[in-house]
Amino acid sequence: MDILYLLVPLSVVLAIAIGVAFWWAVRNDQFEDLEGPAHRLLLDDDDRVPRPAPESSHAFHASTASPASRAPEAQSAPPPAPPPHRG
Amino acid sequence: MQAGMQEAAGNPGETYNYRVVRQFAIMTVVWGVVGMLVGVIIAAQLAWPELLPSVPWLSYGRLRPLHTNAVIFAFGGCALFATSYYVVQRTCHVRLVSDRLAGFTFWGWQAVIVLAAVTLPLGMTQGKEYAELEWPIDLLIAVVWVSYAIVFFGTIMKRRIPHIYVANWFFGAFILTVAILHIVNSAFSPASFTKSYSAYAGVQDAMIQWWYGHNAVGFFLTAGFLGMMYYFIPKQAERPVYSYRLSVVHFWALIFTYMWAGPHHLHYTALPDWAQSLGMVFSLILLAPSWGGMINGIMTLAGAWHKLRTDPILKFLVTSLSFYGMSTFEGPMMSIKTVNALSHYTDWTIGHVHSGALGWVGMISIGSMYYLIPRLFGRTGMYSVRAITLHFWVATIGIVLYITSMWIAGVMQGLMWRAVNADGTLTYTFVESVKASWPYYVVRLAGGVLYLGGMLIMCWNVWKTVVGSRPVDAPVPAPTMAHA
Repeated sequence: MDILYLLVPLSVVLAIAIGVAFWWAVRNDQFEDLEGPAHRLLLDDDDRVPRPAPESSHAFHASTASPASRAPEAQSAPPPAPPPHRG
Repeated sequence: MQAGMQEAAGNPGETYNYRVVRQFAIMTVVWGVVGMLVGVIIAAQLAWPELLPSVPWLSYGRLRPLHTNAVIFAFGGCALFATSYYVVQRTCHVRLVSDRLAGFTFWGWQAVIVLAAVTLPLGMTQGKEYAELEWPIDLLIAVVWVSYAIVFFGTIMKRRIPHIYVANWFFGAFILTVAILHIVNSAFSPASFTKSYSAYAGVQDAMIQWWYGHNAVGFFLTAGFLGMMYYFIPKQAERPVYSYRLSVVHFWALIFTYMWAGPHHLHYTALPDWAQSLGMVFSLILLAPSWGGMINGIMTLAGAWHKLRTDPILKFLVTSLSFYGMSTFEGPMMSIKTVNALSHYTDWTIGHVHSGALGWVGMISIGSMYYLIPRLFGRTGMYSVRAITLHFWVATIGIVLYITSMWIAGVMQGLMWRAVNADGTLTYTFVESVKASWPYYVVRLAGGVLYLGGMLIMCWNVWKTVVGSRPVDAPVPAPTMAHA
């Protein structure tokens, strides 16, 4: 099992590297806020075009769905390609 | 938009690099079809060995590595490139650090795939599972991978959001570890341009090979796809991840414990017993972080379960997690030496691999592509949502057929091989176990055909979505920091 002379030092080096990365993360306040990032992900709006109305079998259906956005299941034709939104 | 930011504002008109994401996303679908088609062909060969003309380059032994390389590195690899480039840009609010280098990773990776598709049927191989490609291609992989690391970490370094979102940690660990695994395992001494020999020999080589092999499963096929999971499930469900704190614990626990599980591939071999037992113990420990992550992903839907009824993309993403949970339970169980004594070398292993590959890796990639492609091509959604639903059910039935048939075949083979008569002779010959497996091979083929069929539906749907569309490059938002 001479191979362990390669694999064990390699694992030790990796473990140290992971430890350094963890230390860096702690020092750089990566773990200061463990709630906000999850919500901030959702604030980043990556829809180029307005999404279709939220699928819902709920009461709000008629009031929230704008005429332009139908539930996707309802249509088999290609969705119209609205003009891209800039900024 | 807030004024008075201390950050330099993004250049006016700066956009994200969606071009490279588009390229990889489309090739994910293309290579998915190719790789799964080869899988169906070799599944048919196992049921009917004389199916194809008996020429060497269509033989099972050469097509099988083509299948594994195509689905893992071409389909899975392109999905990882596409999603990691997308996620790192969107969560760091910055364009990729270099468009040219990103473009090079695309063309370089496609070159690797094409070279693999040519050399493997020709029989050029290093003979190491999941690392078959000969040394010139290995060198190209290393160059592409280092470029990938530069693009990814360079983008992280110039991020405008101070916090690095957890998905990026998973992608980063995947990129770094795969680089190390590839370089160490592929060490060779070339004999000619198309032939080389491993730098290691015998049991040393076996140990290195499965240190590589299992960590490839852990970092290529798990960590990278967990990065997808932590981005696309919250986005598609429009819910924050169930516990961000748990996702951070999940990451550090997983990467600290993964490295030594490899020896469970070598139970009852020349590998020293203590190394086998060590591999088993680490495999069992892995259950904890794996299930922590799985539960975290599924519970993200808490309070939004009704979305599963109507949203087939979410169906793909959440079902993938169920298969992740299933195979990360099955894996540690199979690594227990007494269970392994039954399961080793049987088709149970094949079933286990495919519940992870088709269920976890395949479905999370497919769901992510359905999320990405409309956004990359300026559409409100995929051309047909019904086709996504159909794809989901066809694929799910295919997976169930595949893994149940392989469970039955595997356990049966294990029991037949170990059965002995009162006088100590074997009850069954090997060929009797092959004959008994035949019906299950046909069922497995049917499962594979269904899964491939689902992929063809996706291909059509993507085609209809993309044709006539106007590719978009979304603008990078001006910095508005929560902490400002």
